[in-house]
Amino acid sequence: MSVQDYIRERFFPHIWCPGCGHGTVLNNLVRAVETLGLDKNEIVMVSGIGCSSRIAGYLDFHTLHTLHGRALAFATGVKLSRPELNVIVPMGDGDALAIGGNHFIHAARRNINITAIVMNNRIYGMTGGQFSPLSGEATTATTAPFGTIDPDFDTVALATAAGASYVARTTTYHVQEIRKRIAEAIVHPGFAVVEVMSQCPTYFGRKNKQGDAVEMLRRYKEGTVPLDKQPADPEKIPRGVFVQRERPEYCKRYEHLVQAAMTDGAALT
Amino acid sequence: MKPKHPTVICINTDWCKGCGICAAFCPKQVLVMNQRDKAEVVAAENCIACKQCEQRCPDLAIQVIKSPAKEEKEAS
Amino acid sequence: MTAKTTKFVQGNEACVEGALYAGLDFFAGYPITPSTEIMELLARRLPANGGKFIQMEDEIASMCAVIGASLTGRKVLTATSGPGFSLKQEALGFAVMAEIPCVIVNVQRGGPSTGNPTHVAQGDVNQARWGTHGDHAIVALTASNHQDVFAMTVEAFNIAETYRTPVILLLDEVVGHMRERLTVPEAGAIPLVERLRTSVRKGVDYHPYLPRDDGRLPMSDFGGVHRYNVTGLFHDMWGFPSDNPGVVHGLIRHLMDKIENNAHRLAHYKTYHLQDAETVLISYGSAARSALHVTENLRARGERIGLMELQTLWPFPAEQVARECGHAKQVVVVEMNTGHMCQMVRAALGPPARVFLANRMDGVLITPTDIKAHLRLIAGRGV
Ligand SMILES: Cc1ncc(C[n+]2csc(CCOP(=O)(O)OP(=O)(O)O)c2C)c(N)n1
Ligand code: SF4
Ligand code: SF4
Ligand code: SF4
Repeated sequence: MSVQDYIRERFFPHIWCPGCGHGTVLNNLVRAVETLGLDKNEIVMVSGIGCSSRIAGYLDFHTLHTLHGRALAFATGVKLSRPELNVIVPMGDGDALAIGGNHFIHAARRNINITAIVMNNRIYGMTGGQFSPLSGEATTATTAPFGTIDPDFDTVALATAAGASYVARTTTYHVQEIRKRIAEAIVHPGFAVVEVMSQCPTYFGRKNKQGDAVEMLRRYKEGTVPLDKQPADPEKIPRGVFVQRERPEYCKRYEHLVQAAMTDGAALT
Repeated sequence: MKPKHPTVICINTDWCKGCGICAAFCPKQVLVMNQRDKAEVVAAENCIACKQCEQRCPDLAIQVIKSPAKEEKEAS
Repeated sequence: MTAKTTKFVQGNEACVEGALYAGLDFFAGYPITPSTEIMELLARRLPANGGKFIQMEDEIASMCAVIGASLTGRKVLTATSGPGFSLKQEALGFAVMAEIPCVIVNVQRGGPSTGNPTHVAQGDVNQARWGTHGDHAIVALTASNHQDVFAMTVEAFNIAETYRTPVILLLDEVVGHMRERLTVPEAGAIPLVERLRTSVRKGVDYHPYLPRDDGRLPMSDFGGVHRYNVTGLFHDMWGFPSDNPGVVHGLIRHLMDKIENNAHRLAHYKTYHLQDAETVLISYGSAARSALHVTENLRARGERIGLMELQTLWPFPAEQVARECGHAKQVVVVEMNTGHMCQMVRAALGPPARVFLANRMDGVLITPTDIKAHLRLIAGRGV
């Protein structure tokens, strides 16, 4: 199968702006699925609201485009109900970690077998350039004309502390990594988080004098390093797989609970 | 030596939004942005079929089809 | 469980029995008084019956999770009370828009805000109707005793499946916590509506949002052979976003009409001594227990009084109320709020004004004595 077999071609060209990193995530997410040779009928993509969340409509899977911040909660219902399905949840940074922060940490805590992709453009794209919890201090945004005074989350540290059993980070410059990391995350039997730094040239780039999409990708190239090289380059943002560990998975544990319940006479009536 | 069947680079100009990413990061300067702000192939013979353009394109507007010779070489 | 059984239970347990009888197989919730017993019971019963139970991180997540599970073909339930019901509203609207069958129980307590957690109220009737934003229709049922709680719970699932809609079951603290006898009928005694699934075969274009001639929309489970899109945006018959004015208007109309045009089918109510009643009480939920007591009591003394007990609150059974109360000299709506149903009854009966409100909203169940005092006031005889 080729990339074209996984997308809903009639909706292209897509709605994203020229040079939007979200398109590159879509591009390589499809390649990850293609690499794994998954059956489209076994993939459910659940997204929230935001530019990033529109990704679901373009893909030829079972797609559920829900509410801002709530994708993981809907996805939890899908996954617990039908554990045999592959559930992939692409989210914006505001979607995942502002309004959806509670669902994010609890999905990680349960270690439910869902693939969460945080498309981090450090801004609210869809609503026109307000700052997000991943913007970081001194970022300019429409709601921070004097620069943000809000510190940011480190998605990797947050996901790790909350209990995610696979945690990785990459950027839209490093496209081979996107494909590999997403493929690993899908195969990983637990809650897997892939943070993809994704440029929003329209709002973040312009407001913060970061240039166009090309210039922003150069910054990803030069401003990040593979995890093992970071000690030599502590100023740069590390990329790679930060966590890959075994923890009991939620749906598996539920199966055991069912067995316990079925042998408990009191539960039956 | 140049391959007999060079790699074909297809650009879907209906989908291309002219961001310039493909041209900027092509290691062999195969692509440029034309006056209509679309990507255009100018040096197909230099293409090493690394597919970086295809994979980085946010609009899924490029497809790189390797020459049969290259495919064979890779397969063996 | 197939044989008929009789139990002495709380109303919340009657609701659980009804849900399991209806074929519940997925519950998600978050504890809140006075609804918590529903989830506690299901935590035990559902896994033992091969179903799924999950305690989510909040009520928003619970509502979202049941919608997700419903799309995979499950019969789903969530239960809550006032503050949690407020949190569910956005996702409830999603279920309306995307036409996802689900049942939401709200065991009402006093509000606004944290209000009166362990005391009775019926203040969420209008919230059930208009809690989520935008034009939409909704179904809300209620019950005053455990046998009816059971029956209305089963009916809630049947309606949800028939009309592809969320259905709200508005109970209250008194009904939820009170204990009385419940007979669970044998399997098959009450007909169950199972999900209508599409007969469109694999590879043939399936339209998840194209109503059949009878207005119903056959579904296809997520994970099945038809891959389609579900969204809270206005959407076309494939489920893809559209802001085409015709599509938007058509969808609003469809969402309204599928419920409002079937109001007569959805209208459940009970009548007591209405044939010659000059005074008609209209009530529902635990308030209707006191209203029934008053009705029987005054009838025994020869007064021409009757009771219409509403079990469907939304869509409001305006025609039925007009028909049953048309001849009455006065209509007295007995409820524990500022007059949510009273307003609707007034609108349904029109002038001349003869509709009165007999209410109480202090966290205490309205008593027969309270109602009688109201009746004396209305009759100009003082308290
Ligand atoms: C409950 C709710 N609050 C606010 C909004 C408005 N809203 C839509 S998208 C969005 C933020 C989008 O930013 P992000 O999640 O980072 O995704 P991006 O658009 O940058 O990809 C907001 C605030 C909404 N749709 N729903
Ligand atoms: S606003 Fe930003 S995030 Fe949204 S489509 Fe445009 S570039 Fe992408
Ligand atoms: S990367 Fe894609 S969209 Fe951008 S210029 Fe090249 S072909 Fe066009
Ligand atoms: S495949 Fe590589 S060399 Fe060829 S045009 Fe694309 S980026 Fe340039």
